Amino acid sequence: MRQLNIKKNLWIFIKYATLIMGSVISVLPVIVCVITAFKTPEEYATTSVMTFPASWSYINNFTEAWQKANMGVAFRNSSIILVFVLFGSVMTGSMLAYVLSRFKFPGNGLIRNLFLFASLLPGIAMQVSVYQIMYSLGWINSLTGYIILMCGTDVMSIYIFIQYFENIPTSLDESAIMDGCTYFGVFFRVLLPLLKPAVITVMILKGVGTYNEYYAANLYLQDKNRLVTVATSLFKFTGPLGNQYNYICAGVIITMIPALLIFIICQKQIYSGLTQGAVKG
Amino acid sequence: MNTKRAPFNFFKWIQSGKVNRRLCVVTFMLAPLLLLLIFTYIPFLKMFQFSFYDMKYIGARKFVGLKNYSEVFSRKDCFQALKLSGYYIVASFVQLAMALWFASVLSFKVKGGGLYKGFMFFPYLVCGIAVGFIFKFFYTRGFVLDTVLQWVGFSQESLPYWLKDKSINNISIAATSVWRYMGQNMVLFIGAIMSVDSTLYEAAAIDGASGFNKFRYIVFPSIKTIIVLNMILAITGSLSVFEPPYVITGGEFGTGTYFVIMNKLAHESQKVGLASAMAIVLFGLILLATMIQKFGEWYFLGVGEQEAARTIRRNKKLKKQYEQQQRANRTEGGDGI
Repeated sequence: MRQLNIKKNLWIFIKYATLIMGSVISVLPVIVCVITAFKTPEEYATTSVMTFPASWSYINNFTEAWQKANMGVAFRNSSIILVFVLFGSVMTGSMLAYVLSRFKFPGNGLIRNLFLFASLLPGIAMQVSVYQIMYSLGWINSLTGYIILMCGTDVMSIYIFIQYFENIPTSLDESAIMDGCTYFGVFFRVLLPLLKPAVITVMILKGVGTYNEYYAANLYLQDKNRLVTVATSLFKFTGPLGNQYNYICAGVIITMIPALLIFIICQKQIYSGLTQGAVKG
Repeated sequence: MNTKRAPFNFFKWIQSGKVNRRLCVVTFMLAPLLLLLIFTYIPFLKMFQFSFYDMKYIGARKFVGLKNYSEVFSRKDCFQALKLSGYYIVASFVQLAMALWFASVLSFKVKGGGLYKGFMFFPYLVCGIAVGFIFKFFYTRGFVLDTVLQWVGFSQESLPYWLKDKSINNISIAATSVWRYMGQNMVLFIGAIMSVDSTLYEAAAIDGASGFNKFRYIVFPSIKTIIVLNMILAITGSLSVFEPPYVITGGEFGTGTYFVIMNKLAHESQKVGLASAMAIVLFGLILLATMIQKFGEWYFLGVGEQEAARTIRRNKKLKKQYEQQQRANRTEGGDGI
């Protein structure tokens, strides 16, 4: 019995030790950033990176970073992009999922496979020729062009929507049709309201992805004074500013705050959304 | 013969069943399919075409046949860069193992479980560029990692330059990708473990099953498929690593992975043809890996409701043997009489 207790305690010790270690490693790099962001230039130059600043009220780094990286404009642009991209991709994704899950027609399977196959193509590599297309469409340095590019429906959101549609009984559609509703009406008036949890899930996942997207934004929104986004605003800190980490850390923290807030508020949806997207996709 | 025909009513016609149905299918699919075409399939075909040309984005292009492809394999910096994928494959297997451990711990009652889960998941939500800066800072000589290691007794002189020393820098960078994606993997595994019928765990608890046995016989079988899926994704993902080296070192000091080099060729030296050929070659590899995965899944695990092809075949064989034996018995018996 005693031996069993020792074994059990050891097990509990290992469990919590690894959990604490995992968590510390996960947050340490970010915590150090926070510490550094609050240091005065003298403190930054003289103290070790791991010592806390004398006071937590020194916010000069944040205001400097905000101005240097043009973050006012960045947040405005990112909000515009987010609103349109989320609306666009939720509409296209849910409409496509409605058609694919509710109607049998030749080509249904083919279209599903086309989307699946597309998800295998590595996105970064595709930009080599997407750039050429964006160029010929005149969408370089165009917020509209970037928004349309980002609306490209991804397989994960389609799957999340299809799963939800499969859980809504088709008898609901049929009775609405009987009552004289058109197929458009069925979608907009009957099904879309029922799809709310899926819409929220997709919005969160796509929103985080869009907010953090920097590669295409850097490539297509080259006019950094006017078209900078929150993610690309950080590019400002490469080059001559590349080693002033008190500003850089402040900038990094500013960009992280919205994602952190969303995470704290919508933790459950984020977890379940990821899981749903992965099970089938 | 004057049958009264109702006057043609456009609105009635458009709302009638079949027409409305078709209209709905077409209009709803128009936008997504157009997007798919413009941003995926046309670029893909174009890329295929580009790969046979010596060209820049703008200006004259020259058809060169397969020269770009032979260059991909012969140039020192192209195909050789795939060697770096080894680091990332190892890293992603470490990541999977860690995720599996934390997921199986956190799926059961743990004090402060939600907090640990949140801490470990959060890195996934940090923007890639920010991750780059965080780790440049983290690895800088005399900064975070060095300080921590000095606390535990290493001297500064004995520590390498984490991002410059070619013997270690790829490991440092691969580790950041573990930092970022481990939590996401863990959440996926927790989801899979939670989807198991909870009465199974209760029954196991009543039977006094140990933690390890619970894992071995209940948790593991339920998440086998998702583990295999993630292992394959780890391999294809490791072939196409881009972000960590791009944002941390920019591919300097021998950390340029295949795509980092492709990106440089495409957008800095504007060798669009060569970059396209590189992309096509890698896509071929990914497709191959995916096909092997699909086959493996079909053979070893079974697709959907269907059992694994291996078991089906084995069962067939056994059945055949059994039937043969029966027949043999019967004829033997017949001879006996």
